[in-house]
Amino acid sequence: MAEPILSVRDLKTYFVGDEGTVRAVDGTSFDLFPGETLGIVGESGCGKSVTARSILRIVERPGRIVSGEILLRKSDGSVVDLVKLPSDGAQMRAIRGGEIGLVFQEPMSSLSAFHTIGNQLVEAIRLHAPLSKRAARARAIELLAMVGIPRPAQRVDAYSFELSGGLRQRVMIALALAAEPRILIADEPTTALDVTTQAQILELIRRLQQERGLAVILITHDMGVIAEMTDHVVVMYLGHEVETGPVDAIFHAPAHPYTRSLLRSIPSVLAAPRSRLATIAGSIPHPFARPSGCPFHPRCPDYMRGPCDQTFPEEVAIGESHAAACHLYTGAHAAAPA
Amino acid sequence: MSSTVIDADAPLTTEAESRVAVATQRQLIWWRFKKHKLAVVSAAIVLAFYLVTAFADTIAYSEPFDSQAARSYIPPQPIHWFDAGGKFHPQVYALKGKRDPRTFKLSYAPDAGDPRDLALFAHGYPYRLFGLFPTDIHLFGVSNGRATDALFLLGTDQLGRDVFSRLVLATRTSLTIGLVSVALSLVLCVLLGGISGLFGGWTDTVIQRVIEILRSIPTIPLWMGLAAAIPASWSPEQVYFAITIIISFIGWTELARVVRGRFLALREEDFIVAAELAGASRLRIIFKHMVPSFLSHIIAATTLALPAMIISETTLSFLGLGLRPPAISWGVMLQDAQNLETLGLAPWLLVAALPVIVVILAFNFLGDGLRDAADPYG
Amino acid sequence: MSAAATVLDVRGLRKYFPIRSGLFRRNTITVRAVDDVSFSIARGETLSLVGESGCGKTTTSRCILRAIAPTGGEIIFHAASGEDIDVARLDRKSLRPLRRQMQMIFQDPFSSLNPRMTIAEIIGEPLLVNGMSDSAARNARVAELLELVHLPSAYLNRFPHAFSGGQRQRIGIARALALNPALIVADEPVSALDVSVQAQIVNLLLELQDRLGLSYLFVAHDLSVVKHVSHRVAVMYAGRIVETAPTEALFTTPRHPYTEALLSAVPVPDPRRRAQRIVLEGDVADPFSPPTGCHFHPRCRYATEQCRVETPALTEIAPGHAVRCLRARELSLSGVAAPG
Repeated sequence: MAEPILSVRDLKTYFVGDEGTVRAVDGTSFDLFPGETLGIVGESGCGKSVTARSILRIVERPGRIVSGEILLRKSDGSVVDLVKLPSDGAQMRAIRGGEIGLVFQEPMSSLSAFHTIGNQLVEAIRLHAPLSKRAARARAIELLAMVGIPRPAQRVDAYSFELSGGLRQRVMIALALAAEPRILIADEPTTALDVTTQAQILELIRRLQQERGLAVILITHDMGVIAEMTDHVVVMYLGHEVETGPVDAIFHAPAHPYTRSLLRSIPSVLAAPRSRLATIAGSIPHPFARPSGCPFHPRCPDYMRGPCDQTFPEEVAIGESHAAACHLYTGAHAAAPA
Repeated sequence: MSSTVIDADAPLTTEAESRVAVATQRQLIWWRFKKHKLAVVSAAIVLAFYLVTAFADTIAYSEPFDSQAARSYIPPQPIHWFDAGGKFHPQVYALKGKRDPRTFKLSYAPDAGDPRDLALFAHGYPYRLFGLFPTDIHLFGVSNGRATDALFLLGTDQLGRDVFSRLVLATRTSLTIGLVSVALSLVLCVLLGGISGLFGGWTDTVIQRVIEILRSIPTIPLWMGLAAAIPASWSPEQVYFAITIIISFIGWTELARVVRGRFLALREEDFIVAAELAGASRLRIIFKHMVPSFLSHIIAATTLALPAMIISETTLSFLGLGLRPPAISWGVMLQDAQNLETLGLAPWLLVAALPVIVVILAFNFLGDGLRDAADPYG
Repeated sequence: MSAAATVLDVRGLRKYFPIRSGLFRRNTITVRAVDDVSFSIARGETLSLVGESGCGKTTTSRCILRAIAPTGGEIIFHAASGEDIDVARLDRKSLRPLRRQMQMIFQDPFSSLNPRMTIAEIIGEPLLVNGMSDSAARNARVAELLELVHLPSAYLNRFPHAFSGGQRQRIGIARALALNPALIVADEPVSALDVSVQAQIVNLLLELQDRLGLSYLFVAHDLSVVKHVSHRVAVMYAGRIVETAPTEALFTTPRHPYTEALLSAVPVPDPRRRAQRIVLEGDVADPFSPPTGCHFHPRCRYATEQCRVETPALTEIAPGHAVRCLRARELSLSGVAAPG
């Protein structure tokens, strides 16, 4: 198997505040391979957005990365640990945009309303390549065409508020790819969009990935999008990854009780009309009231008194690239998935 | 069997969280406010100033109008804490008049041979505490003799009046003008801002244009014009009220826009729509739902408007347009310090600038702290 | 459907917004946010109104509750007492008693509850405002309502900030039920919630409908949720209803090209079903200058010259199934697979 282009190892990002410490990401590990789409899925508070921001070292205060490694294999083959770099240093700035691009959820607030989209693109281009303004502008128009914006030569001078949500998101993608990074992180890129526009944007991301051989990390709470777009999935809950595996295994042979409960509780257009949804008992715990042992144990249908509320389950391999952090599979309590 | 499956609907369960759960909005705001150390300190300072205001006559020891040209420009007299024998015995030196043999001018100078004892709660000039209770006890004075002969903690001005006592009384005037102006402004702005925001349409347009016209007039010329219109024959109290009204007249525009903005934003909130759909009357919606929502904002905005009012009065009086002697305010006192010659002779006359700076800063920090505390949830 | 069995009849509803522009505010464009919308809801039934942004579904729901005044059309509410009231024509005073019969659940659990009132006050407000001045009676009813939505009554004196999004939605539902309404308009009630919480609220709404015989007008953009809650679905595009049908029929055999595209765009949570998608070109129709004729024709893969010129009417092509498309009878469109 090829070498991963990005490896996250036991990442911990905490937010230290007056009322206590929020362990937003509490020991997450995963690998991203070139040309593959990795999906990170979870509900609120699971830490998926903070993970993306940690990789790019843009976590807001009072959050900081407490421990762990983020190993990036650069285009020249060298491996650098992003955690060790100063977050505002020249190396990290070169990596942002140059090696890893980020697309945010809210295109309206991520684009400046005071500059034309052409200006913003030119700035992004010239930050990473020594091009003249004219050459950068030509490149900007090329980028707009690449993301499917009609009449790019005119649109390049438009302001973000003149464009619809779908077009703005395309501009965000163009901005993220302006400096030709090899990794694209998309944090809930379609959550704020209509479903038909969402289809367009996902289609665009898929096409760009194939054309440019990008490695994509797609962060979302929508299991449908995960099923559509990803090759490999990381399921997160309260800052930990609880299960990782190939997308087919996650959907058709889920091992972790949370994954199984989640899949059963999502509504689907394939369901019978007016059928009830299976629910997960309880609700997501308050960040300051973290359960002991396995964080999911208070809500788990397969809870076992003893291991589950006392020890944190280590990740156990279930199958080919498939692992789950659950006491059902660890040591003496191993049982076949129900 | 899982005994720890939390009931689907159990909210926060820890002790501290239960406290938070039943905390009213006011308590939440107080807790947030307490975290701003600077704001809390500023609040204490502001409170201290208003205490001085309440007890102004008690803290002052010399009658402010008691002028004696011969005592003019006496520098601040220090308190001598220990007497010749080394005992703790606070004293000040009394003044002794001396007639210059050549010019025959009488002038006073402190005489080390004539110490007077400093005392707390000594007798001084008569006044009415809170305007009601006649008394002559002051916070401090001299026990043997008259305070006006010996006590000059901040020196005297050109007319021989004690600067410290005048400063204390000026504090009272300046701070109360600010308060009254702001109260008047508040009423005006809540009324007009509320009407503007709630009813919208033509009413809104007209009121907003009036506000804009008022704001576009340069303030100092406007003040000059209005102040010049005050008849010279009016008593100091009448002038005082006129100035108050002038200042509040201009100041309300700022707050009115804030109020209007809040009303406009609130109108669209879902909980307001829900109340309408439940059948609540308009009056109930305004007083039960809308006003409590922006009250804290208004209080914060008001606290920030106060320093502006104080500066307005100080500036006006400094320019000779506002309060005039015999009224005393910080601005009037600073007027005495206007020319360089005087400053060279008696730099202590500038001391009136200090409380202005301190109070303005304190109100600003206090207002910031209040606004931050009130803001998090809309 | 007999009149008594119908709780709401909407006929030809229109809401136009005049936008004045220009220096002297003289140029007026009329935005037809809701343009000739008709549907009916039976007692105990859920009709979902689906569509994307700008289609007019939220405006429609607000018109029905008279939160905004419609420009034209009829909204006939059939009260249990037997009388029929045209909500569109009522004056402000007569609206009040009607309010008891129709209530709303809002999308945003954070702005739909007054943060300065306890939940006892919030849920009790409709009762207080409608004449129940005895606080003991009110508290009893509030306790009843909390039980209906499965919230412990111990939390009566807490403030909204103490509760999670899902719990706040329950409080909002309890408030809506306070006056025993016959119809509840639910405006995207679960879109702001996490997936697992969404499931709880959907189940609650279904349960309440069974227990209390409620009718719902369910406004949503998420077709998967719609599949679970509706008896019938109406699809809106650019201010018009383009298709109405019973849920199963709409999803498996849609008759309007927009419905087909909408269904095809919904990502299905099954990696083995990555079917060929219909990806629509262009953006959703601009309400300021909608296309001529059929609003959908510029994006429609089956459009003909006729579609640009003629505005189709909403016609019934099968029992209970109406479509606004000139080519409805000749097209054979694909929906989602039947449950299996």
